[in-house]
Amino acid sequence: MSISRRTFLGAGTVLTLGAQFPGSWTRHAAAQGSPGPIRLGFQVHRTGIGAVYGRWYERTTNAAVKLINGKGGIGGRPIEIVAEDDGTDPKRGAEVVEKLATQHKVDLIFGTLFSHVVIASAPRAGQLKIPYLVVSEGYHVASGKLNRYVFQPGITDVRAQVTAVAPWILKNLGKKVTMIFPDYAFGHDHRDFFSRVATSQGGTISALIPIPPTETSFTKYFPRVPADTEVLYHVMVGPGVLTFVKEMGEHYGSKRPKIFGFVDSLEGVDLASPGLAFLEGTYFWEAFPRYAAANTPAHVKTFRERVGVNDNGASVNDPKDVSTFSHMFGCWETLHVIKAVVEKSGYRKAGEYRGFIETLEGFQSFPEGLEHPQGAKKFNGKLHQVYGHQFISKVEKRRLDVVHRTAIEDSMYPPEGDYTKQPL
Amino acid sequence: MAFGPHLLLALMEGVVSASLLALTALGLSLVFGVMRIVNVAHGAFFMLGAIVTWYVADLSGSFWLALVAAPIAVGLVAILADRLVLRPIGYEPESTIVATIGLLYILEQVVLMTYGPYARPVAAPFYFRIDLGWFGYSGYKVIVAAAAALLLAVTWLALSRTTLGLYLRATQQDREIAQAFAVPVGRVYTIAFGVGGGLTAIAGALIVPVQQAHYLMGLDALLLSFIVVILGGLGSLRGTVVAALIVGLSDGVVSVLFSPTLAKIIATLAVAFVLGVRGRGLFGEEAA
Repeated sequence: MSISRRTFLGAGTVLTLGAQFPGSWTRHAAAQGSPGPIRLGFQVHRTGIGAVYGRWYERTTNAAVKLINGKGGIGGRPIEIVAEDDGTDPKRGAEVVEKLATQHKVDLIFGTLFSHVVIASAPRAGQLKIPYLVVSEGYHVASGKLNRYVFQPGITDVRAQVTAVAPWILKNLGKKVTMIFPDYAFGHDHRDFFSRVATSQGGTISALIPIPPTETSFTKYFPRVPADTEVLYHVMVGPGVLTFVKEMGEHYGSKRPKIFGFVDSLEGVDLASPGLAFLEGTYFWEAFPRYAAANTPAHVKTFRERVGVNDNGASVNDPKDVSTFSHMFGCWETLHVIKAVVEKSGYRKAGEYRGFIETLEGFQSFPEGLEHPQGAKKFNGKLHQVYGHQFISKVEKRRLDVVHRTAIEDSMYPPEGDYTKQPL
Repeated sequence: MAFGPHLLLALMEGVVSASLLALTALGLSLVFGVMRIVNVAHGAFFMLGAIVTWYVADLSGSFWLALVAAPIAVGLVAILADRLVLRPIGYEPESTIVATIGLLYILEQVVLMTYGPYARPVAAPFYFRIDLGWFGYSGYKVIVAAAAALLLAVTWLALSRTTLGLYLRATQQDREIAQAFAVPVGRVYTIAFGVGGGLTAIAGALIVPVQQAHYLMGLDALLLSFIVVILGGLGSLRGTVVAALIVGLSDGVVSVLFSPTLAKIIATLAVAFVLGVRGRGLFGEEAA
């Protein structure tokens, strides 16, 4: 059967009409209730290597929106989320920013995680002059290399994290460190800043082992770890993380160096998974402790309940569905920052961002509580970056127990940029 | 690590990846040889094998049951695809490529919608660590390499000794003459596609305890299978096995001793070289 020209045109017309209807409908609805909902574009990794993070970012976002809307929304306006998948793909990321801004006409955009997507999308947000609030961890925001419209107010950056934990590693685990990290922007931040901090404090880097982000087999990398290594520092992302950790265990057995990992290597992975027994007694950085403990504060318990996470950091509906607990709180906190800034600045409609941006740059701290369950934060308006506490946890009986919590000041470093000097 | 043990590790890695690769690529080679079509959804069958294994192992608690169920389930999916998609378009080469690309996306997205974006592990049916003094190695991986080699031998026997094997080979050599000798070519096509899918599903099932089931895991499998099939000669099973050994071993050795990126560069260059110098591959038939 061949498709006739008429069928083809017919299908095209239906598609075009279908695509236009929802748009005109929302415009109409928005025109009625003045000023209408505040529409937030959510750039989410629903597919691609970031999909596990994306799924939990979306659950956390929905929970936060439900909480805020239940309490009357932002300045009386309910939040409406316009989510758009970027496939964890840099090129598509920039297109998604454009689509959210020009087609959906959202008020602002938030939620991107993977650093290569952020780096590709941020310039487009700057050109379109729309605030872009990422939840990404990379140092790219604080480096001053992006633009005035890009902020990271809900999660700390890699440089802050390694600056805070490096002294503890050198003091408690050893001075000769071998680093294994993903071979792209996020991993390079680890490489550059941990090396810098460690060597300035009497440590040495025995070897640097970059791993391509799409790698699926890791056995071949471990022979490159020098024998005199005292501490193996690992950080890995993507679907291969469990294989990575398992193969590390197979390689070393019980004769292993001290191991310090970033929990990214285990985000979305059950610590009780087969082959992970060797992690017993190793240490992990966590941004937010995955396992609830006796001293877990009430607002953290409420946060867990609202998002739907049990005491082991897995979904309450499926104990095998483990969350990305050390990252997803960033969406929750970012949404509360947006609420605070919109209400304080009197922001009304898209395009009028001066007040929003200058007000956010004027914030200096956010208090611990249900709005900021991970802990109190300091905000640097010149760097557009937030700073907070970091946690070091030990694997014991197949769970992570916090052994050290750093002070906010431990993560501070000399600033390298100042966005407030850029014109709006 | 000293050079000796380092080389040993490199060879072990190489043998394991070569045997799994041979099993994965065998299905693609069979389908091309018999049906003369390029199945772009081949990697999706590999992935589907892994996903089915996870589901069955999770529900029943038995990896062995999953290992049996995965090729059957994926074989049935392949047979359905043959009947509903490939046959209606008459196995026309260009259309088949487009249709199987579509099939690839449909399978991936269905898995994403139902199974989700997770990389989920399946416990290996046995778990032991071989301690070689200088380094340790997964015992399961060694057994997997042996199992893959055994399956390759069984497939070869089935092709050379059974009536079905005879039909498959006859259809591969000359479809029309085979038909003239009462070989049910239509059914042979369906069976070839089903068996091709089933074989790669076994490879997917075997690898889950090492590598987790994830909806995008088929891409690497597809790419490497293509490299192996092109290198070995399209449609030649012997070529596929030899090429898998070459690619797997060189990948293992080069990536352990030098760098994984260099290993990929060499494999890609080898394909380009073979295509340039000997277009039909190492063991391919003369172009008709």
